[in-house]
Amino acid sequence: MAELKGWKEIPIGGVIDKPATAKEYQTGTWRVIRPVHQPENCIHCMMCWLYCPDQAIVIEVVDGKPKMKGYNYYYCKGCGLCANVCPKTNDKLPEEKRAIVMKPETEFQD
Amino acid sequence: MPEVKNRQAVTGAQAVANAMRQINPDVVAAYPITPQTPVVEYFAQYVADGLADTEMIPVESEHSAMSAVVGAAAAGARAMTATAANGLALMHEIVYIAASSRLPIVMPVANRALSGPINIHCDHSDAMAERDSGWIQLWAENAQEAYDFTIMAIRLAEHEDIRLPVMVNFDGFIISHGVEVVDFLDDEVVKKFVGEPKVKYPLLDVDNPVTHGPLDLYDYYFEHKRQQIEAMKHVYKVFNKVAEEFAKISGRKYNILDAYKVEDAEYVMIALGSTAGTIKYTVDLLREEGHKVGVIKPQIFRPFPKTELQGLLNGRKAVIVLDRSASFGAEAPLYEAVKSSLYELAVKPQLGSYVYGLGGRDIKIEHIRKAFEDAFAGNLIADEERYLGLRE
Repeated sequence: MAELKGWKEIPIGGVIDKPATAKEYQTGTWRVIRPVHQPENCIHCMMCWLYCPDQAIVIEVVDGKPKMKGYNYYYCKGCGLCANVCPKTNDKLPEEKRAIVMKPETEFQD
Repeated sequence: MPEVKNRQAVTGAQAVANAMRQINPDVVAAYPITPQTPVVEYFAQYVADGLADTEMIPVESEHSAMSAVVGAAAAGARAMTATAANGLALMHEIVYIAASSRLPIVMPVANRALSGPINIHCDHSDAMAERDSGWIQLWAENAQEAYDFTIMAIRLAEHEDIRLPVMVNFDGFIISHGVEVVDFLDDEVVKKFVGEPKVKYPLLDVDNPVTHGPLDLYDYYFEHKRQQIEAMKHVYKVFNKVAEEFAKISGRKYNILDAYKVEDAEYVMIALGSTAGTIKYTVDLLREEGHKVGVIKPQIFRPFPKTELQGLLNGRKAVIVLDRSASFGAEAPLYEAVKSSLYELAVKPQLGSYVYGLGGRDIKIEHIRKAFEDAFAGNLIADEERYLGLRE
């Protein structure tokens, strides 16, 4: 979380005085379940990128084609929409065959 | 004193509408409600006749009126509306948003009882329901003050240190429909006095995009409320400055407290609005009989003039507060505020609370005299609420 400011330092009335400040809002702190990308199963169809409400899917363009590179966990709030729309992820597939696996955040805590 | 060129007998509503015409705001959104109706009728007529180039928005409810005005003010327009009673209550939600968004909207309110049972006549329950909304509340005694305060309110609301909306309260029917002599200023003088709107963070400035009214959770909401609290602290300083400037163009000097025959008074009555005039008359009568009496009319109720009252009331024998609204299960609003102001006084006066005039009930000289006589006899009880003009 960014450093919080005091009441004398912020614009009055809750006005946001410049555009695109939502970029500074770390929605990733909300997450309790973490999507994990398994690139070996991914077909780079961009469905996750299209549906992600937080623009948390990291894309790299290689030879003019977009490649799913994983997640920006600063923004990913763990909603699971990416796993839900992923054609290479469903309940019938064993976890090792899925392109996206949802794992409890507790598994990643030190 | 400037020469009076334009003295007319008009209703308070007409005086207020004429102030609005001279201010010539960019946007007025309004819905008619008794007893505010003639204000917007006159004003709509001025617009239709080309005497104001205001964008007039006839909306379908007061909730929409305040919403449209909030939107217009956020866009950077000088925006006004007017209302009363249940109309103000219907605005309630957006009234808070106007103040919280720091939009300098000015709104005359023709004070009227809040139903039910249905009643269209004067009392102060409508404004009192909004006392914690973050609006500055000015209170006029007569049509002249309603006119003057509407013009002064623009300067107060838009001041850099304040940026808060202002409600100009004037008693429904008594002031709004009663005909009085009013000294109007010249159009050019008012135009110069209010000046160009002082715009902050306008939505229409596309080169500097801003967001108004965003989500503000536990991380910043408290800080924004603290800013509102701070803005209220600047009101008296700015009011005095604006009043001084207004005196130069009008010859009429307003103070935070209108104190009448208070200097040597042992018994002081406090009331808001038109009743203060009746009390002044009664004070004159009682003075002739040798009683040391006076009256204080707060011109501003929010922010509450605590320090100023303490200065005037320290050491008096008795203070009598008249309220034109009740607070069910608690003390009447003005009385409660005065009483708490006096807590730290070195020499506390006796205190008495009188509720009067609900739903337009007449307040007469004999009622006021009765309250003063209770005080003369030492018969005031701070924790007892009494009623003037009520049938037992």
